[in-house]
Amino acid sequence: MAATPEVTDTTFDADVMKSDLPVLVDFWAPWCGPCRMVAPIVEELGEEYAGRVNFYKMNTDENPAIPSQYGIRSIPSLLIFKSGELTGTIVGFRPKSDLKKRLEEAIA
Amino acid sequence: MNAERPETYDIAIIGAGGAGLTAALYGARARRRTVVFERLITGGQIATTELVENYPGFPQGINGADFAMNLVEQVSRFGAELRYEDVQSITPGAGGPFRIETGEGPYEAHAVIATAGADYNKLGVPGEDEFIGRGVSYCATCDAAFFQDVEVVVVGGGDAAFDEALFTTRYASKVWLVHRRETFRASALLQERVFANPKIEIVRNSVVERIVGEQMVEGAELRDVQTGEVSTLPVEAVFIFIGQTPNSHLLKGLVELDEGGHAHVDLRMRTKVPGLFVAGDLRVEAARQLVSACGDGATAALAAEAYLAELGIGEG
Repeated sequence: MAATPEVTDTTFDADVMKSDLPVLVDFWAPWCGPCRMVAPIVEELGEEYAGRVNFYKMNTDENPAIPSQYGIRSIPSLLIFKSGELTGTIVGFRPKSDLKKRLEEAIA
Repeated sequence: MNAERPETYDIAIIGAGGAGLTAALYGARARRRTVVFERLITGGQIATTELVENYPGFPQGINGADFAMNLVEQVSRFGAELRYEDVQSITPGAGGPFRIETGEGPYEAHAVIATAGADYNKLGVPGEDEFIGRGVSYCATCDAAFFQDVEVVVVGGGDAAFDEALFTTRYASKVWLVHRRETFRASALLQERVFANPKIEIVRNSVVERIVGEQMVEGAELRDVQTGEVSTLPVEAVFIFIGQTPNSHLLKGLVELDEGGHAHVDLRMRTKVPGLFVAGDLRVEAARQLVSACGDGATAALAAEAYLAELGIGEG
């Protein structure tokens, strides 16, 4: 399965805010066990939504600015953006079916 | 998948924690068509454990997520399927396979091993749900690093609470360990470490009654259960580890459960329903250790294999 590409503090504006497609960003860190266990689920979703939603992950250790801007204090956190606006926030790990539901709502 | 003829597996496992993944390993190695359904994340409770120090054969301990990822890789190598689907019901077939309903569709399996484990308990106090992700956490391993040089509270008196209290001291300036009783269930070794840690202050006989703040957590209101005295700790995070409840709702009406919701099984993890096995934290008298959960998973898979062989399924 294809690994989800990384987005950074530097590339966030171009890849997320200015994206034509809706974007889901998976905030994670290497020391966060559940974040690593959520990664394969996000990868599956990335394949299922290919062409409809762009998927990225952001390492909160290496990128302090964006997580702080969005008040991230718990990971994994999945943030969904549409036309440069935050339209969905999912904190912690949730069933894949819930993630899909929340994603559909956020990109509707 | 054809909607009219659901996929039929030899062994369906419900829950991809230590017990379920080990059962899958044994099932797949027995060349049984094996599927594991996982509602949330693989690894179960072990995925949120920073360091497992009591699994035999790892003298320096092993990171919980590393352990889980290794196990998933091992299971996949032998061909078991992993599906991130929430099982909603298990129905024994009259003389045929079990029917398993998930949100995605029905499946069939000749043997079912329920290893759905247990979920953490919530405090059930005002502010708890409201501040999830903004200071309230059930995973210090995930979130402690966001609370650098501030005070935090850890609630609970067992191994998980003690482990996580020690972990949060890497970041927090001070850790309040709040427990509703005088004594602790945590292992003696963990108690020694916690008592010796200068950053941890223990508050006995007290409960968190309310979590307060504007946008983020700003404090935890405590009540001393003996004196009734109320006080507020100036914390930015509340980490909650107050035990767990078995995920036995799928088994209700199907197998005999004890008062706590654990399934009665025999020494081979068999329930009274032929072909239905329960292993790990979901069964009665579970030791609730990673090593025993894995052991249970192996036992259940071997018993399932014997059951399938007896029925003459998948032979020749």
